[in-house]
Amino acid sequence: MNPIVLTIIESVVVIFVLATAMAYMTWFERKVVAYMQVRLGPNRVGIMGLMQPAADGIKLAFKESIVPRNASKLIYTLAPAIAIAAALSAFAVVPVGLIWTKSGALYAQIANLNVGILFVFAMSSMNVYAIVLGGWSANSKYSLLGGLRAAAQLISYEMSLGLSVIGVIMIAGSLRLQDIVNFHLFGVPFPLIVLQPLGFFLYLISAIAETNRAPFDLPEAEQELTAGYHTEYTGFKFALYYMAEYINMITVSCLASILFLAGWQGPLLPPIFWFLIKVIFFLFLYVWIRATLPRLRYDALMRLGWKVLLPLSMLNLFITAIVYVAVVH
Amino acid sequence: MARNVAEDAKAITRGLKTVMTEFFSRPVTVSYPEAKRPVSERYRGRHYLRRYENGLERCIGCELCAAACPVGCILVEAAENTPENRVSPGERYAKRYEINMLRCIFCGLCEEACPVQAIVLGPNYELSEYTRENFVYTKEKLLEPLPPEVEERLRQKEKMRIASSLVEGKS
Repeated sequence: MNPIVLTIIESVVVIFVLATAMAYMTWFERKVVAYMQVRLGPNRVGIMGLMQPAADGIKLAFKESIVPRNASKLIYTLAPAIAIAAALSAFAVVPVGLIWTKSGALYAQIANLNVGILFVFAMSSMNVYAIVLGGWSANSKYSLLGGLRAAAQLISYEMSLGLSVIGVIMIAGSLRLQDIVNFHLFGVPFPLIVLQPLGFFLYLISAIAETNRAPFDLPEAEQELTAGYHTEYTGFKFALYYMAEYINMITVSCLASILFLAGWQGPLLPPIFWFLIKVIFFLFLYVWIRATLPRLRYDALMRLGWKVLLPLSMLNLFITAIVYVAVVH
Repeated sequence: MARNVAEDAKAITRGLKTVMTEFFSRPVTVSYPEAKRPVSERYRGRHYLRRYENGLERCIGCELCAAACPVGCILVEAAENTPENRVSPGERYAKRYEINMLRCIFCGLCEEACPVQAIVLGPNYELSEYTRENFVYTKEKLLEPLPPEVEERLRQKEKMRIASSLVEGKS
């Protein structure tokens, strides 16, 4: 088949699957947070509330779209589009599983980029644009302040996010995500988390901060700044921001399972099932942390990013480099 | 500083463990229309106008309930009992008795003020209607039927009160 047509089909499938995954991620979160708070979550709309995301989607589509009078209309409409585009594009390089065909093994992903991780980080950095432009274009004090705070938070945690995975990249020797997963087959027989516990820990915290989730969700919390950068967004544009946040969560969980927990590898079950199990484990971790921890105050958040995570990730980098050189040579 | 980090990490871990334990405990939610929480004996729900056991209405049209109501949502029009038309064992009866449930605050002062225990507040709290007019409860439409167990309990209470007043020699 024409490779361009194949790529288009793959992309459409991935977008469709991600949209559904994001919808049921909202269901998962509401149910899990509810049970952690000793109550039932949504359980009326379908069996166990499984049609709740459909009901929410229909509701959001029918909502009135209010645009503030002095908002810059083009950027106001563009910002959530950037958010969702960046979130979906990051998924182009993630290997979801392994398919055995007649001609050998096929990795289940859209693009086999040799700079896989770099591409994912580049796409998640585009998120900063989406948030700043969204907060600024809405012509409202709360949005502007929320957008500025969010931007500062995102760029602070991006550095420790990148540095914390360099240890893994060093050990696996490649930026290509397939190679990192394969390293577990041909390199070391245990998941890389054993070799990089500090890196894993730092990656997790930085990722939670990057996706604006609790306890780092000050920029979008309703109680502070009346919902920050997406205060003035209603209806479908708000739905796009919401979708972008959840898809970012899913992407980060996929990356965490690929980088530290050996991706789709595991005995007995088909690879895609192992991948799903690991991603769902990380999503559960996200929700568990959200249900437990209170929100960080903004200066505490900044202090954590610059004074704790950044030095620790650099420390991780140095130690990994020294040990790697000592062991390999 | 490292000790602070260790303490904080221990605190966070404890929090995470607590939440995880709660995750596996039984939810306390009562699935409302299918299951309902029981109400207490003196619960102040919907109003009822009671009758005596021989069928006569208790209400004598004295309008004390309307006077006691802090909101003023009770309307009483009294009329004389005639030998042909005897409604209550007294001189007057309530020809018109209306309560505006949208104004009522369910305080129970009307029940306390009534000298013959005619107006009582029962256990029913599910009072939805589709129009505002339907919320003005008239005497005939909604004030007559009373759940049998509630009526039985009220009659028992009265027997106790009469019995205790006889025992203690009060008038």
